[in-house]
Amino acid sequence: MEAILAISIGVLAGSGVWLLLRPRSFQVIIGLSLISYAVNLFIFSMGGLKTDAAPIVDGIADASAYADPVPQALVLTAIVIGFAMTALFLVVLLAARGLTGTDHVDGQER
Amino acid sequence: MMLIALIGLPFLGSVIAALLPSGARTGAAILAGLVALVCLALAVFSYSGIAGGEVVRHDIAWLPDLGLNLVLRLNGLSWLFAIMITGIGFLVVLYARYYMSPKDPVPRFFSFLLAFMGAMLGIVLSGNLIQLVMFWELTGIFSFLLIGYWHHNAGARDGARMALIVTGTGGLALLVAMLLIGHIVGSYDLDVVLASGDTIRDHPFYLPTLLLVLLAAFTKSAQFPFQFWLPRAMAAPTPVSAYLHSATMVKAGVFLLVLLWPVMAGTQAWQLIVTYTGLATLLIGAYSAIFQQDLKGVLAYSTISHLGLITALIGMSSPLALVAAIFHIANHATFKASLFMAAGIIDHETGTRDIRRLSGLFRFMPFTATLAMVAAAAMAGVPLLNGFLSKEMFFAETAIKNTNPFVDVSLPFAAVLGSLFAVTYSLRFIHGVFFGPPPTELDRVPHEPPALMRRPIEILVLICLLVGIIPGVAIGPYLGAAVLSVLGPEAPYYSLAIWHGFTTPLLMSLVALVGGVLLYFLLQKYLARGIDGAPLIDDLIGPRTFERLLILLSVRWAKTLERVFGTRRLQPQLAILVGIAVVAGAAPFLGASGRVSLSLEGADLALALVWVIGTTCAIGAAIQAKYHRLAALMLMSGAGLATCITFVWFSAPDLALTQLLVEVVTTVLILLGLRWLPKRRQDANIDVAKSRGARFRRARDVALAIMSGTGLAFMAYAVMTRDAPRSIASFFVENAYALGGGHNVVNVILVDFRGFDTLGEITVLGIVALTTFALLRRFRPAADSIERPEQQVIQSGFEGQRSADAEGTILSDFLFVPSVIMRWLFPVIIVLAIYLFLRGHDQPGGGFIAGITMSIAFVLQYLAGGTRWVEDRLRILPTYWIGAGLLLALLTGLGSWLFGYPFLTTSFRYLDLPLFGKIPMATALLFDLGVFILVVGATVLILVAIAHQSIRGAKPARLRPARVDTPPATNAEAE
Repeated sequence: MEAILAISIGVLAGSGVWLLLRPRSFQVIIGLSLISYAVNLFIFSMGGLKTDAAPIVDGIADASAYADPVPQALVLTAIVIGFAMTALFLVVLLAARGLTGTDHVDGQER
Repeated sequence: MMLIALIGLPFLGSVIAALLPSGARTGAAILAGLVALVCLALAVFSYSGIAGGEVVRHDIAWLPDLGLNLVLRLNGLSWLFAIMITGIGFLVVLYARYYMSPKDPVPRFFSFLLAFMGAMLGIVLSGNLIQLVMFWELTGIFSFLLIGYWHHNAGARDGARMALIVTGTGGLALLVAMLLIGHIVGSYDLDVVLASGDTIRDHPFYLPTLLLVLLAAFTKSAQFPFQFWLPRAMAAPTPVSAYLHSATMVKAGVFLLVLLWPVMAGTQAWQLIVTYTGLATLLIGAYSAIFQQDLKGVLAYSTISHLGLITALIGMSSPLALVAAIFHIANHATFKASLFMAAGIIDHETGTRDIRRLSGLFRFMPFTATLAMVAAAAMAGVPLLNGFLSKEMFFAETAIKNTNPFVDVSLPFAAVLGSLFAVTYSLRFIHGVFFGPPPTELDRVPHEPPALMRRPIEILVLICLLVGIIPGVAIGPYLGAAVLSVLGPEAPYYSLAIWHGFTTPLLMSLVALVGGVLLYFLLQKYLARGIDGAPLIDDLIGPRTFERLLILLSVRWAKTLERVFGTRRLQPQLAILVGIAVVAGAAPFLGASGRVSLSLEGADLALALVWVIGTTCAIGAAIQAKYHRLAALMLMSGAGLATCITFVWFSAPDLALTQLLVEVVTTVLILLGLRWLPKRRQDANIDVAKSRGARFRRARDVALAIMSGTGLAFMAYAVMTRDAPRSIASFFVENAYALGGGHNVVNVILVDFRGFDTLGEITVLGIVALTTFALLRRFRPAADSIERPEQQVIQSGFEGQRSADAEGTILSDFLFVPSVIMRWLFPVIIVLAIYLFLRGHDQPGGGFIAGITMSIAFVLQYLAGGTRWVEDRLRILPTYWIGAGLLLALLTGLGSWLFGYPFLTTSFRYLDLPLFGKIPMATALLFDLGVFILVVGATVLILVAIAHQSIRGAKPARLRPARVDTPPATNAEAE
């Protein structure tokens, strides 16, 4: 179980890093999204993997019976901030593309 | 209480003065004068508490665990300084009222002056080392503002900047020194530090600490080789010079040395460095002062030289020398302040401070001339004046037999020479300005200034005389208290009598007086040539070296560094960043033993399949992102969906919901953006791809990608196969219901336990939305994106062939059924959002999720009807939503203050509503409502702002009907 998730995290991150290093801003934006998937899953997995144990307490408040809520709270925040980042980056990309006429990350072709 | 008022009043007055209208010259002066007078009275009345060598302390706990408390501490030494700061401060305020021109923004001047006074009082009253550094830096900042007060004048700006850089460097050194002392002693409390002199002197860090302290003191007190900033600071208004260079600013350095004297002095390093720096400064300052043509220049160099004298006395490390040092600090403050004021009056009345153009002023302003003469005589050390007494003590100390022959000769020789120069420049100051033929080059006839402007000088000169004639009454007890507070029981016996008989010091005084007069007449010829600046040494010392150093540091080296390490290209930067991350991530595992065995135990085939698809999508997106953006976007969403399923799988329903909704919104967002990107075909760029450089880069990037991916996978696996500690999690799980009143732990953490984080997060979201909005207001599409997209052109061409009024019919026919469904879904989705919101505290859901759901309802309307259709019917004001949401969240948090609880404390109970049944009503729900409103506003604002661009770009501006209510832009900006 863990192996599947770990490998998937690796592939997501690898694809993301490759795109991050590309010259076109659209590639970078896709790359950043892939990396944020990988990182979110990574942080999420830090609490250990549990099935059928959503942290919704009812009656007994025994921590070991539920999945760890702390990484979940962290990741939930990260997803929202990640969305904000993507949106901002997209707009910066569009503005830069409009101003410079190119979609190269440096603002000029090389 | 008194001490707090003493420090607080000047700052309070400063704020009030800053708020006065810029023409309120008299009002600001009265305010500043009152503040200074009240502070003076406070200081005077607190004398009884410290007269016998006691210490008055007032502690205000701030960070007691770190040893950082606000400690106000008054003893004899700080009392003497407080009297000088407030007393001379009051006189300067009085003087400045008449000196400052009504054309200047005078309240600002008084505001800075009061703040500076407060900072100075802060230094002398600090009982905590770190606190002292803070006030030290404040004096630096306010002196910068004061020196640069006439900021339209380049000289003032340069002088202010130089003073700030030099003294600010010293301030940094002081901070390090204080941290070192705190480390050595184990406390930042001044009383504790002062009691551990031996610990400090025997510690291996003593020398570095000493050097740093001296750097701070020497820069502040303008000691050689840092003396050059002081003459440049003369560009300040004269009241500022009178204040900064007599009683305050420059005295802070020697105050520090006196303060730390009990714990740092006495070593050989201290004696050598401090004494000889002081002597060098004394000689250089006095020598240069003789050859200045600017009145204030003479006084500036004279100040440097007197500070050198004080420093030399402190360096000698004998208790009697320290008495003389403290005595001279007070004396210098009185006569130098009055001389600066006299120079200011001369400048004010004649329009110049150039000695070459001034002469014979005695007949025009006899009172001022007399006062200046007395003060100058005190500066020269003429008997029956205060300067004479402390100078005698200085001579007496230097004349003491020393075992070291060099010290034995150099000390008295340098002392006499310095005093001889002092007589010469004092004589020049008086003789050159007040005597001789009447001035010929002046454009007006000088006369006496207003009486009140002269009053401060009269008071100061009176003090000079009183101290000089009846020292035992005028200063004796106060000096005694100051000495006692520094030296304690070791305080030596000293006599303040004027007449000690025919002693060596008296002989030295006579030599200096006669020699100085002789030197003045010998130099007549040279001085008559009117050359500005001292011969021989002027090129060696001085600000030019500083300027060169500054250019070297801030321009040349910076440019070199930028050339070597900087790149304007993003890709190499990112490559280096990723490389470092890989190395840093791998480093801890190098050489680590232990095995990680890959096990597929418990692997679920379904999840494996999900991730086969997920990873394929990710790799596909990586490959397609250059030429097939739409495909890449879909593939990316595929990976996102796999992530979403994983969250569901491993018991994180909230995450899955959020991820799914964010995925939808992100996809729509990027789809909207795609239209503005350039067209790129695979066959066009094929040559570039074949070049060697490109191939190398790709190989490198693939390697980096594989390494980081493998590393992350390895780390994730290693962590997941170990037992995770559950320290904080158990607290949240156990208390989610008990304290937060919710069953959904994740939501309770977000809106209750860590509500403050969430508040920060939604603020970020709001800022991002507003930023995108602002960026897109000025959006200009690139030249090749202005045309309508190819597909639209073909489509409308075809429509045009069918019939004349068929414009847009293909699209509306094609989307007829979906758009009807989407419109009908609008209320349904809103109800769903409310449902998700209300159940959020107990079940998966909550403000974020509901907010994004709600915004999707709006997006669907855009998809169904087109931008124009929606904007004609729906008037959403997302910016108001953002503001309202943030305000609601903040007010909910603040609400808990009303009930005496900390920020963002929640309370909860169940509410029994008819029809709905029991609904949990926590105040966290209100907070969550704020989150919800803000998320709706932010998301909609971003989406609408981008969506709106399509109407602007697709049609030329002149055809577009004028719209006043378009949220993202006004019409004229589309061109």
